[in-house]
Amino acid sequence: MTDPVARSAPGDKAGPATRSLRARRLPLAEAPNQLATLQALPLAREVEDALAGAGLWPLTPSGIEVLQINVGKVCNQACRHCHVDAGPDRREEMTRETMERCLEVLAATSIPLVDITGGAPEMNPSFRWLVEQIRGLGRRVMDRCNLTILETPSHRDLPEFFAAHEVEVVASLPHYARLSTDRQRGDGVYERSIRALGRLNAVGYGQGDPRRRLALVTNPVGAFLPGDQVALEREWKRELERRHDVSFDALYCMTNMPISRYLEWLIESGNLEAYLAELVASFNPSAAAGVMCRSTISVGWDGTLYGCDFNQMLELPVRGAPAHVRDFDLAALERRAIAVDRHCFGCTAGAGSSCGGSTA
Amino acid sequence: MTHYYDQHDLERFGSIGENVPELAEKFFDYYGAVFKDGALTAREKALIALGVAHAIQCPYCIDSYSKDCLRKGADLDQMTEAVHVAAALRGGASLVHGIQMRNRAEKISM
Repeated sequence: MTDPVARSAPGDKAGPATRSLRARRLPLAEAPNQLATLQALPLAREVEDALAGAGLWPLTPSGIEVLQINVGKVCNQACRHCHVDAGPDRREEMTRETMERCLEVLAATSIPLVDITGGAPEMNPSFRWLVEQIRGLGRRVMDRCNLTILETPSHRDLPEFFAAHEVEVVASLPHYARLSTDRQRGDGVYERSIRALGRLNAVGYGQGDPRRRLALVTNPVGAFLPGDQVALEREWKRELERRHDVSFDALYCMTNMPISRYLEWLIESGNLEAYLAELVASFNPSAAAGVMCRSTISVGWDGTLYGCDFNQMLELPVRGAPAHVRDFDLAALERRAIAVDRHCFGCTAGAGSSCGGSTA
Repeated sequence: MTHYYDQHDLERFGSIGENVPELAEKFFDYYGAVFKDGALTAREKALIALGVAHAIQCPYCIDSYSKDCLRKGADLDQMTEAVHVAAALRGGASLVHGIQMRNRAEKISM
């Protein structure tokens, strides 16, 4: 699945930031080892206690409004903070058959929004078919796009495809300047990302049209919480316009979760204990009330159901309801208690973090 | 105590209010108000604070505002420029006193 051209655009000094934990055969590639690493830390309190203090224990759904479909771990990039451990070496991909089960779920429910993620979801051979089917059912589609995929030869027409199907593009860009972007995502990523944003603008994205919505996602490039989303969005809009004549509709600030490659970086840089302590100390009841797992069901590449993409990567499937998309039971899912563990402090810290940015 | 500066002392800053709490309260209220968005953004104020931290060479402030600048969306290029502003001011302040030196030297020289 690797598209070698994706990493060698003319004129770019290009290279991935790292390789997957799986490719390096590291123990941390296994989810139980990640959970055990977090469990070994001395924390001031557990997430269950924090949620109970906020009147949110057990944590329960508030109504499923989003079906998140992770179509695989294959990606043309290998970012240093990736919680999926995605990369060009990964092979896990959702099959057309599993996608059909997802479509049956949509047809049988009124879930209004489908959030397609990966990896680079566009690299799944059935990606465009899936988008067309979902739109045919009259549901909104959001694509979590790494931007550089739009610069590869086999995906260059995606901006037009997105526009034709009114797909909301949620694109990753850690910073409006090159330095931090390439540090997190690999050399040359910034240049290609800016070019891709320009091409999205050219087909009408990022200019206030709800049918051509373009949101950017920023994760801190380091061991700190994101800043104020409103202030950052204002600055990003000004700077991207000034530097590149690029526009977008919204900026989502997301906290890095202590999972997978970001967890690896926290350990290697000696920041793990202090970062977790900051997450715990920053627990915000308002943010906790708005966590995305209360309104989302996340489908893994093999059809397993999770409360969110983070539980998916830590292999914590739903409990108290059938845990495969072929047995999808909305009523049981909405009655269940959501599985939580120490990583959940990431979504409840400060202004909160979700796939749509701050929650508080 | 075997050394003068300890990283963890920053976390204990609030305990300065264990004595004369009314003054600490006024100071921390004022401090908080200074750094809010105003005519300058909170990010611009954080970059100024980072520059000042280097001018006064306060390790607590450098720790604190390095992180605060990153959180507020500044990158290492912008932060380095802020430190150069401090360096330029400190260096310039020394160098401009060279005029005083010249004045004095000229006064007493033949």
